[in-house]
Amino acid sequence: MNAASARSPTRTEMLRIPCPWCGERDEIEFRYRGDATVQRPPPDAAMEAYVAYVYARDNPHGWHLEWWLHTGGCRRLLKVVRHTLTHEIREVLAPEQWPQEPGESQVP
Amino acid sequence: MSLPPTPAPPGAPARRPSSGRYSALRLFAEGLRGQRGWRRAWARPTPRPEYQVVIVGGGGHGLATAFYLAHEFGITDVAVLERGPIGLGNVGRNTTIVRSNYFQAPNIRFYEFSLKLWEGLERSLNFNAMVSQRGTLNLFHTEAQRDLFTRRANQMRLLGVDAVAVDREEVRRLVPLADLDNGRYPVLGGFLQPRGGTVRHDAVAWGYARAASEHGVDILEHSEVTGIRREGERVTGVETRDGFIGARTVCLAVAGHSSRLAGMAGLRLPIESHVLQAFVSEALKPVIDVVLTYGAGHFYVSQSDKGGLVFGGAIDGYNTYGQRGTLPMAEEVAASAVTLLPALARVKVLRQWGGVMDMSMDGSPIISHTPLAGLVLNGGWCYGGFKAIPAGGFTTAHLIARGTAHPLAAHLDLARFAQGRTIDERGVGPFPYAH
Repeated sequence: MNAASARSPTRTEMLRIPCPWCGERDEIEFRYRGDATVQRPPPDAAMEAYVAYVYARDNPHGWHLEWWLHTGGCRRLLKVVRHTLTHEIREVLAPEQWPQEPGESQVP
Repeated sequence: MSLPPTPAPPGAPARRPSSGRYSALRLFAEGLRGQRGWRRAWARPTPRPEYQVVIVGGGGHGLATAFYLAHEFGITDVAVLERGPIGLGNVGRNTTIVRSNYFQAPNIRFYEFSLKLWEGLERSLNFNAMVSQRGTLNLFHTEAQRDLFTRRANQMRLLGVDAVAVDREEVRRLVPLADLDNGRYPVLGGFLQPRGGTVRHDAVAWGYARAASEHGVDILEHSEVTGIRREGERVTGVETRDGFIGARTVCLAVAGHSSRLAGMAGLRLPIESHVLQAFVSEALKPVIDVVLTYGAGHFYVSQSDKGGLVFGGAIDGYNTYGQRGTLPMAEEVAASAVTLLPALARVKVLRQWGGVMDMSMDGSPIISHTPLAGLVLNGGWCYGGFKAIPAGGFTTAHLIARGTAHPLAAHLDLARFAQGRTIDERGVGPFPYAH
């Protein structure tokens, strides 16, 4: 799913998210659903683990693994690897998949 | 809500020449002398190897914290480290609105304290910050929204804050340009805070910088922090591009980038960074003399003294550190603007920009000690940072100087998340993109 990075990605106009089921679409078709790296702790985990799960975030300056819901398309939940400075989208996956190491952003 | 008494300044005389008192008489005299008598508003000192307090971030909150540390608490051994020049961060990228019309009582008290400090700011700084209490008018478009605003206004009045319910005819008188009868979202009335208004944002940065510098605070521009030094569970100073600077207390006032700086000390925060866009139109003759917010979409507007309409909306809604937004939010803001004020449909937008916000998990700010001794956090301002500058600076200075939270900011501690005391003004839960 490298369609977005193959062409020159937009800098300010619109995020274009290549949905694996629908193809590349404008961001207005999607709803952002937050950080996709957080994992619910096991039921017997300590309270601190639950506090971190609900509230603490890495908030990276760089590649971010995040949920987008394709509300205006297939209505599936997507896992997107996007750069938080350049907005480049490197990979779009199904929820159960995990991305490769993304490397440097190709966008200046 | 009285200010603590101002202690006598410490014995040491000012270490640097003053820029002198600003007044109308001086302006007149300098006019006759060819403007040759003005001096730098704040000094360019050489960094010392160690300070009692190092404040990272020379924006509104960092400079205000430094000023109140010196002015109210007598601590002048302070450095403010700013990555770029003063005034180019979020303090110069906001839409300059001040108000205290919040819903939750702790927020009303905190922002009302800030508004009172704004009202006396120009005298305490000897700087013209163009504080303009032109009133903030929030419109409502449904009966349910009217009930919500009425409850909010009543809550404010119970706490002694000004709030006035206004009917359609009064809205028409206040904003003749507004289309009250638009087909989709007719305006039923509004909720006015007469003491709300705008303040010239650059002047706030310059005024605090100048006043802090006069008190002996070192303002170090182009001094980027690259690391935070820890010894065990204590922070001992910061690494900069020009070397290590030691400090008994390090205060982070870098909203937008709090996660990155806290990360240098090994902390994870309940914060995500998001972009908020703002827009300025071409200059017009005076058309709007209040701060106007639309209740059926994301749009608020005021008119600057230069004539430009300054307006904005909500955050774009995805994590980003890019100081720019994408078009969907720009379109939403423009659609709201034209729905409410159809006469603006042909007005040209001159500039658009984005500022990076610390969006906290409950939509409220954080003024707090951290799990590390010697590290204080002022951040999580979401998009309420500008109006909070005086109160944020004052209460952060209190926290540093006295070691305990100021009563008006005690609820803004980091521990509230783990203890279930979140202050969720909008009631949307721990989702920063929804606040």
